[in-house]
Formats: sequence, C-alpha cells, structure tokens
Amino acid sequence: METLGFLMEGFAVALTPYNLMFALLGAFAGTLIGCMPGLGPANGVAILIPLAFTLGLPPETAMILLTSVYAGAMYGGRISSILLNIPGDEPAMMTCLDGYPMARKGRAADALAISAIASFSGGLIGTVGLIMLAPVLAKFALSFGPAEYFALFLLAFATLGGITGKNPMKTVIAATLGIMISTVGIDISTGTQRYTFGVLELYEGIDFILAIVGLFAISELLFFVESRMGRGREKVSVGKLTLSFRELVSTIPTQLRGGVLGFISGVLPGAGASLGSFISYTLEKQVLGKKGKFGEGDIRGVVAPEAGNNGASSGALVPMLTLGVPGSGTTAVLLAMLISLNITPGPLMFTQNADIVWGVIAALLIGNVLLLLLNIPLVGVFVRLLSVPPMYLLPIVTMVAFVGIYSISNSTFDLYFMVAFGVVGYFLRKLEIPVVPIILGLLLGPEMEKNLGHALVLSDGDWGILWASTLAKSFWLVAGLSLLLPYLVGPLLRRRMNAAMQENPVSD
Amino acid sequence: MTIKRTLFLVAAATFSMSALAWQPSGKVECIAPSDPGGGWDFTCRSAGNVLRDLGLIDGTVQTVNMAGAGGGVAFAHTVSKRSEDDKLIVAASTATTTRLAQKQFPGLNADMVNWVGALGADFGVIAVGKNSEYQDLNQLLAAIKQNPKSVKFAGGSARGGWDHLKVLITARAAGAGQLPSIPYLSYNNGGEAMTQVVGGQVDAFTGDLSEVTGFMASGDLRVLAVLAEERLPGNFAHIPTAKEQGIDAVGPNWRGFYMPKDTSEASKTYWSNTIDTLYASKEWKKVMKANGLIPFHPPAGEFDSFVRQQVQDIEALSREIGLLK
Repeated sequence: METLGFLMEGFAVALTPYNLMFALLGAFAGTLIGCMPGLGPANGVAILIPLAFTLGLPPETAMILLTSVYAGAMYGGRISSILLNIPGDEPAMMTCLDGYPMARKGRAADALAISAIASFSGGLIGTVGLIMLAPVLAKFALSFGPAEYFALFLLAFATLGGITGKNPMKTVIAATLGIMISTVGIDISTGTQRYTFGVLELYEGIDFILAIVGLFAISELLFFVESRMGRGREKVSVGKLTLSFRELVSTIPTQLRGGVLGFISGVLPGAGASLGSFISYTLEKQVLGKKGKFGEGDIRGVVAPEAGNNGASSGALVPMLTLGVPGSGTTAVLLAMLISLNITPGPLMFTQNADIVWGVIAALLIGNVLLLLLNIPLVGVFVRLLSVPPMYLLPIVTMVAFVGIYSISNSTFDLYFMVAFGVVGYFLRKLEIPVVPIILGLLLGPEMEKNLGHALVLSDGDWGILWASTLAKSFWLVAGLSLLLPYLVGPLLRRRMNAAMQENPVSD
Repeated sequence: MTIKRTLFLVAAATFSMSALAWQPSGKVECIAPSDPGGGWDFTCRSAGNVLRDLGLIDGTVQTVNMAGAGGGVAFAHTVSKRSEDDKLIVAASTATTTRLAQKQFPGLNADMVNWVGALGADFGVIAVGKNSEYQDLNQLLAAIKQNPKSVKFAGGSARGGWDHLKVLITARAAGAGQLPSIPYLSYNNGGEAMTQVVGGQVDAFTGDLSEVTGFMASGDLRVLAVLAEERLPGNFAHIPTAKEQGIDAVGPNWRGFYMPKDTSEASKTYWSNTIDTLYASKEWKKVMKANGLIPFHPPAGEFDSFVRQQVQDIEALSREIGLLK
C-alpha cells in the first residue's frame, strides 16, 4: 500500500503539464528514432541527452523525457520491420518474421495496429512488474556490503557477452577500453591523481555523458553521412484497418505470455530486450505449434515479440534503479544520465529522490498510453517521416549535441572530447567492436575498484571476504555460469535465430 | 587589519545611506564550479534569486556552470582570465579551501583571490547505525584510542577530503594517535556512504548534517555529535556537540563566495556589504531554513582571515597525516 501512495505522488509529478509535454515529446521522438533503421534505443537516448541539457530541464523532467524516448523506441522499432522488412532496432528483428508477410498480404495497417496494442500490454505488464519488484529489491539491496557489490559488478561484467556478444574477444576489448578511460582522474580511495598530466580539466575524470554522446550520437552521424546521405526512402502505403474485435481478443493470451516473459528476461542482467522478443516468439510458436501459421503472417507472430520487447524494456530498469547495475545498453545510458544529475541509484534513491523514481515510473505508465494513442491514429505520420531525407535531420541532431554538451559545463574542451569519442566510436564500429561495453566499463569499472578496496579495508586485507557471505557466493556462481553458458547454449540459440531468419530473410 | 576595518565601517555607513560609490551595471555572473544540481550550483542560483528579489542588483545574476577538478578549473579561470572582472563572483565552500590547502590546484593558492563572505554553513556530524554499540562520541573515540582500526568510517569525499578530515580533526582533538591508520572508506557521495552504515556494513558515518536529516528522523542513524561551536537551533537542538562532550572539534562546511583579486577597492567593498545585507535578509533566512543551512557568517572584514586560517589548519593536519609531503 505504501507503494501505491508513492505511485500516486509519482503521478502528481508526471501529470504536471510541463512534464506531460516532455513525455509526449519523448514518446514521439522515441517512436521516430525507433523506426529509423539502424538507430536503436541506446542511440536514441544518447541523442536526446544533450537536448535535456540544452533546455536546462530539472532532473525529474529530464529523466521523464529520456525514459519516454526509451519506451517510444521500443514501439517505433516495429514500424520499419513490418513495412520494409528492416528491423528499426535489434529487438524488433523478430517482428519482421510475421509482420512483413502480413504487410505483403495487404494487412500492414492491421499489423501496425495489433503490434501497437501488443507493445502497450507488454509495456504495461513490464511496468507493473517494475512497480512491484523494484521497492522490494531496493530494500534487499541495503544488506549489500562492498564484497557483495564487488561480486555483483563482476557478475555484470561476466554477462556482458550476453548483451552484445558475437565475438567475446571484441567485447572484452571494448570493456577494457572503458575501464582504462575510467581510471583517468582522482582516485577517491587514495586521493591521488591518475593519468591527468597536470591538465586541470582531467582532474575529475572523463565525463560519461561526453563519451556516450560521442560514441553513440556523433559516430551515428558519421555513419549516416557515409552511407545514407541523400534522398529518403520510397513512400510506403499502409492500407486500411480491417482488424476485427474477435481477432484482437484472440491475441490476449499471447500478449500476456509475451509481456511476462519479456519482463523476466529484462530483469536478468545482460539479457535485455532482444532476448525478450526472441523467447516470446519461440515460446508462442511452441505453444501454438501447428495451429498457427508462423512465418506466413500470423498475427500472433507480431504480437508475441512486441509484447516481449516492451516488457523487457521496463524489466531492464529494475536492476538499474535498485542496484545501479544496468541490464542493457540503454539502461546504462540512463544510469549515466542519473549519475550526472547527481542522483545515486540504489536503495537510497527510493527514499531520497522518491519524486524522481516514482515520477519516472508513473511517466512510463502514462507514456505507454500516449504511445498507444500516437501509434494507432498517427501511425501514418511516422510512416511518412520514414521517408524524410536524413539531410534535414542530421544538422539538427548535430546542433543539439554540440549546444547540449557545451551547456553542461561551458567548456570547449568537452566538445573536443565529444568529437574525439565520436571518431573513435566510428572506427570501433567499423571494426565491429561494440560500444556498449565501453560505457559499461566506464560506469562500472570504478565502482568495482572502489568496492574491492573497501572490502579489503573492512577485512584488514583478507581476500576471503570477497566470497564469505552466501549472497556473494551465489553471485560468483552465477557469474561463472554466465561466462560458460554462452559457449554451451549460445551457438544453439544463434543457430535457431539464424534458422528462423533464413526462413524469412531480412534484407537491408 | 585596522585599515580594513575602518574602510569597512566607512563603506557600511555609505551603504546604509544607500548612496553607493560603486555598483555593478548590467549582467552579473556567478560561477558555480560544478555541474548543475550540486551545492555550489545551489549557492549561486539561490543567492542570485534573492539578490534580484531584494533589488540589491540592477540586472540579473547569471549562473554559469564551470565544472572540473573540484573547483580548480573555475579557480584557475578566475585567477588567469578574469582577475579584473568586478562583476564576477564564484561559489566556494570548505571543499575549495581543503583542495587549496592540499595543493590540489597546481600553482594556485588562497591568496590569489578575494574572499567575499559566507552565507551559512552545514556542520559536520559523526553518526552510527541504530544497532551500533556506541552510544556517545567518547565511547567511539575510546575504542579508536585503544585500537585505531577498530572503527571503520564511511564518507562522501575522497581520501584526504573534507569528510575524511572531520574524522581526523575529531580523533586528534581526543588525543588519539596513529591517525593515518583509522580506516576510511570513500564513496562518491554522502548518500552512498550512509547506505552502508544504515545497512550495518560499515561502523560510522562522517558527513554533513543536511545529509543525515532523513535517516536521523527515521531512526536509522544515531548522530553522536555535531561539530559546531554550540548546539544548533530548531529541529537540531537535541544533537549534542562534540565540544560539550569534551572534544574540541569544530567542522563547518561554509558556503560563500570569492571574487577576482585585482578589482577596485570600491567593488570589493560593494560585494562584501551586499553579501552582508543578503545574509541578514528575511528572504535568505527562508532559503537557509528550507535547505538545512545553519547560521554562519564571519563579519565582512574577518571572512578573509577565517579562510586563511582554515587553509593553514587543514594544511597542517594534512601534513601530519602524511597526505602532504
């Protein structure tokens, strides 16, 4: 009941006209970003961070804007999957399988409508799960000491492969780069400067926001300039809505299963939304078996992955808000934003920054309703925007990125750094080195180092403290399993994903 | 000193007749040497608002965030690029003096700027979790005296930073030896450190009073002592000071301003008087109350010497515990 009271206060924050306006803006921008092929939710949030600083938004509004973008991107991803057979982002890959065949049969409008509804119920289930689980987990997190946190961060690093891992070596390289960058600046356990070379601007270390905007937004711009400059895509027609009420009702069990499965896979560190949509789709195929026509435009084949990835996106917020450990790339970006707003995620945030946490959670609920409204009647607008040539969009994004970063600390030094990160990000992505582990290394590396130091101070130098408690032991166990599992289960899972893809090839 | 005092009296007299010799025209800038949202940002924004509301300044006070090196970037900027700008004030606090004392701004020292005045303070506290065996400060210090490693502290500053120094100031006042051996765990901020103490992972918390109010009210933290000269007003009256427990330790984390050095005497007088007037106003009292600031305001002429004294004290202490060679 206490939770309900907090939630009501959250609604009071989220429903102010000012915050509502930004939730709407975020939902719209997120959907747009999501439906642009190649631009995923992490990039979307990274691109909008500078906007929050440019406009000088208060913390709760900034977070509401960014989480709405996050939720919106999950909705938007399906649009290009269905219409163009190009997933707007990775989690929307599974939506292509039945979405595109539906569109080819002339049922594009139906596919878009039912997937919006599935996204809504998935998002709703995920958010309700978040509301129930987060406060409990936050209280439990009070019993975490330095040793438990160390093991937890170790676990987070061990699951990194699961997030982005095609080539584990490249993931390790990226994470190491992130940790290396994070060692610049004052070492708080000794009070000494590391790798600052007497340059005052480096004393506080390198701001993650610079790294994020550079690595995601600026490198994205460079990619766009390289490959997609020029005219937009051909216009696609959507057709008429013929979805019947009975058909809608028949998908409800699928929506529920997808949402719950998605939420669970979102909560697990490192799994994320892609896994959520994959598992929901495969399970649905298993459950319905021959009764469905999966791969040929079955409506439930659109519903399951969409409910799954939206459920997962809310689930991924649970470990981020309660423990400060992001479950996915996008939540890592959101975590960096929280830290730079001087808010420390963890048990304390639920009491000290209750207005922000619950405002954001309420905004997620409101955002889902807004997104449903945006995505059914206004879907035509997004379809038309898909064909806007990037030459109009790019200069705007570039401008906002520069103004936003400059307005954080009025330092041209930061702008050089952002551009440098952008160029580095461009080349890393050319080499197929993922950038998300860099951010995670940058965020979690110092925390892991700090907690290791603290644990050893508490135990007077006895390393045994690191695995003394049952909780720490179980983290070590799960971390070990997460290192091994991708080698055992990974190839199997990937083969299945590929097989599914080959039945319905995804082309670009 | 006497010249300064006389100057101040003359200036104050002129001020009260509201016939000022010098007044800033146009836009005034207040540099907050941090990102938006921190304590310095708060100092600039709230002081700027009250200055405008009271009509003490014609135009507006624009807050400019200039983060970096814990205030070092803004300090270097003020000294090297703005040394004659009389329409500039920069937010500062004990964190600034600590870093100056420990020579963390290379080539810069406290004499290179003009210290304008303080607008209140947040006082240091030593607190333990509700299930701790320590009931008062002396029990805790007795344990430290017996074995310096027996009590582990958590705080929100880096090692050698202000939160760590408060522990050392207190322990030294109690006559404890082996100060560097007292375990100190540094966290990114007070909140994170407190979570560990409330959760029972670490023995004691060192921080500022405004940080502990929430957990103090909920009963999760027991504040053993506040490091103030005398008991604080209002809701904090029940917290014993270290002094009344026989430990002569005081740790104010003041909030105030400095300004460039090479400006006219008239502008310096104007600014220290203006901060005086601001501090005395009803509006500012309201801001202090809403934000947990405690009255602290050395008279205009004395703030400069207060800052210098604080820098010297911290330098001596840092040397003693081996943070400075």
